[in-house]
Amino acid sequence: MERFAALIDGLVYTRSRDTKIRLIADYLRDAPDPDRGWALAALAGTLSIATVKSTAIRAMADERFDPALFRMSRDYVGDTAETVALMWDQLPHLAGTTPPTLGEVIDLLKNASRARAPSLLAELMDRLDADGRYALLKLASGGMRVGISARLAKTAFAQAFNLSVDDVEEVWHALRPPYAELFAWGEGKTERPDPSETAFFRPFMLAHPLDDGTVDLADFAAEWKWDGIRIQIASTGIETRLFSRGGDEVSGAFPEIAAAFKGIGVVDGELLVRGEVQGGEAASFNALQQRLGRKTVTAAMQAEYPVFVRLYDILFDGAEDLRAQPWHQRRSRIEAFAATLDPVRFDLSAIIEARDFDHLAEIRGGSRDAAIEGVMLKRRDAPYLAGRKVGLWYKWKREPLVADCVMMYAQRGSGKRSSYYSDYTFGCWGEDGNLLPVGKAYSGFSDEELKWLDRFVRNNTVARFGPVREVEKSLVLEVAFDAVHESKRHKSGIAMRFPRISRLRRDKPADEADRVETLKSMIG
Amino acid sequence: MWIDPSRPAERALVTHGHADHARSGHGAVWATPETLAIMALRYGTEMGTPVAYGDGFEERGVKISFHPAGHVLGSAQILLEHAGERVVVTGDYKRRADPTCALFEPVPCDVLITEATFGLPVFTHPPITGEIAKLLDAREANSDGCVVVGAYALGKAQRVIAELRRAGYDAPIYIHGAMQKMCELYEAHGVALGELVMATGLAKGALKGAIVVAPPSALNDRWARRLPDPVTAMASGWMRVRQRARQKNVELPLVISDHADWNELTETLLELRPSETWITHGRTDALGRWCELHQLKARALDLVGREDEDEG
Repeated sequence: MERFAALIDGLVYTRSRDTKIRLIADYLRDAPDPDRGWALAALAGTLSIATVKSTAIRAMADERFDPALFRMSRDYVGDTAETVALMWDQLPHLAGTTPPTLGEVIDLLKNASRARAPSLLAELMDRLDADGRYALLKLASGGMRVGISARLAKTAFAQAFNLSVDDVEEVWHALRPPYAELFAWGEGKTERPDPSETAFFRPFMLAHPLDDGTVDLADFAAEWKWDGIRIQIASTGIETRLFSRGGDEVSGAFPEIAAAFKGIGVVDGELLVRGEVQGGEAASFNALQQRLGRKTVTAAMQAEYPVFVRLYDILFDGAEDLRAQPWHQRRSRIEAFAATLDPVRFDLSAIIEARDFDHLAEIRGGSRDAAIEGVMLKRRDAPYLAGRKVGLWYKWKREPLVADCVMMYAQRGSGKRSSYYSDYTFGCWGEDGNLLPVGKAYSGFSDEELKWLDRFVRNNTVARFGPVREVEKSLVLEVAFDAVHESKRHKSGIAMRFPRISRLRRDKPADEADRVETLKSMIG
Repeated sequence: MWIDPSRPAERALVTHGHADHARSGHGAVWATPETLAIMALRYGTEMGTPVAYGDGFEERGVKISFHPAGHVLGSAQILLEHAGERVVVTGDYKRRADPTCALFEPVPCDVLITEATFGLPVFTHPPITGEIAKLLDAREANSDGCVVVGAYALGKAQRVIAELRRAGYDAPIYIHGAMQKMCELYEAHGVALGELVMATGLAKGALKGAIVVAPPSALNDRWARRLPDPVTAMASGWMRVRQRARQKNVELPLVISDHADWNELTETLLELRPSETWITHGRTDALGRWCELHQLKARALDLVGREDEDEG
């Protein structure tokens, strides 16, 4: 348990993704079975032993500590589990007890009745130090919250045993915690487990930006690039799972899609919200983004944003692997496959009919649907391959919109950028002549420009709010963004999609920056 | 006559050299010789009357004496005796052994005016040996980079360095320029710190595998850009709480404090059993509640101009 607690602590304090992966990989390589399997499950979110509710932890605290002292401490620390873990040091301890192993903890908690759980937890607490108690309470109440996605945990496992993460992904959903077969395979002791009975993730095929190039439409087909959430649906007929771009399972966030999918196979598509136009409402991406992180969703959320999937491609039809076939053959297969699905939840992404590339440019330029991010160009004879392969798929985004905004606040970045003011909030002029924040950006500038911006912030600070500096409203930033939509959350009434700094307009006076009204007129 | 006045006063008794206790511009100052030396270093021409530990003097019928507080070099508790009644002002104190200063001495008294910086039962400072071991492990694991330790320039920095030496670490330790003079002062008072090298003006490669000690304010600032791939550590009692460490971008929290933790605060009260306790400087409410539970008479003494977070 101490090693697991140390791992959790390390993850809490580490910001770099690579370091997190290394910490987890080191642990998975060295820790004994079944501890490491349970740890992997806890990190990947597949461990469910929520035997203890947070109210029970609070009750345990009230029983042992003066309620007033506990309340003052809780107010300071801000987290009940951590407060209890820290205050436990005040209680008399049995000398010479040995800390439990992670496996022992899981066994005891899994088999404990709800009535027995609190006293069991207290006994375990007595045998651990503060870090161990914190890890224990987080485990017992479900949810480590250390910023690790399932995909990251699998990546770490793959790294620990020199496997490809895609291979790990294929067998993952066929196995259950504590993953004894997975580790045996990782260490080369057994054959790869057979995943054929389960619905699992296959890596997406991705596109390169087209930039300034052109393609011959005799070789490439064009379709719209929709601004929703890329999703993969895999079904064996017995179980259906949904996966996001990163390979994390999101079935729980969109149960209506999983339930409505009646085919057997694996398809690739875009999750969108149904609206009055074919492409869905402008709010698609934001509404979906909010649901993405949830394990379950309410009926009200499902009703408010009716979701559907616009299908792009098919990887498996039944058990038949179509990935090696050329795009045009897969296209006729997905057309036939889509026709068998519930039209309320599934439709097909249409092919854009264009005479030639110039004609396509014209059509792209004229598209005003906010749910369209641009155009996809897919080589007609290309197989479906994992990742980004040169020359097969291109994304040709719409020209970004730009606005001249004024820097208002700056905040330091993280990691390598932690000594630089690299995150900027900028505004445009409102009707009353005041600047209103319209967005925040932390990319688009060169290292040289970052140094200059950092100096500008330090030399022009007018107020500080914790980590945030308010600056003299004098610097105009040209901001590029993909779209703008209405937002009730922002005072300006609008929100930008993917804003980034495109140019520093040191030449431009701040009062000549754009007005909020101008941005509102861009709402597509 | 005032103790640790926050504004210039005609006559001041000063418990120790931290800026929120030892201000400049007083008329006459009484303090330990070490504290006067620290004040002279910080404020230039500060003059005062040195009072050694255990020594005292009389002023209008009140006997005033200074006793070790164990907080930093020269830190003292002040005992006031008048007509058989004894009042002790602890100043900032801790009860752990510290190679850079004299050990706290409990002084029996009727009224105890105690600090309470870490006056919450969540604050238990672990033994320093374990924290120093974490620091050495991190250095080992990051031999291509360095470990930079945020530590208050007076007291904490020298203690971390002295404890590293005690643990057998004898490589040069690199320090931020703002610490150089204070380290020299400690050395001049007999605290051996080993070989110290200024971290400024060195080639980046020179700091590979090094331990660098710097004031907390330098950690995430421009100064730190010169360091090769640093792991950011911080030596402070506040590091006990995860969110505190994360807020400050700390990757390696070291719970090392020069203040009494909750156990030291409460055990000192039980040991001295003063007939009355005044609580200042920190979390007065929780320690007051504890006194109430233990039937000790106590009240909060709110002071102005106190910043409680920086030197934990």
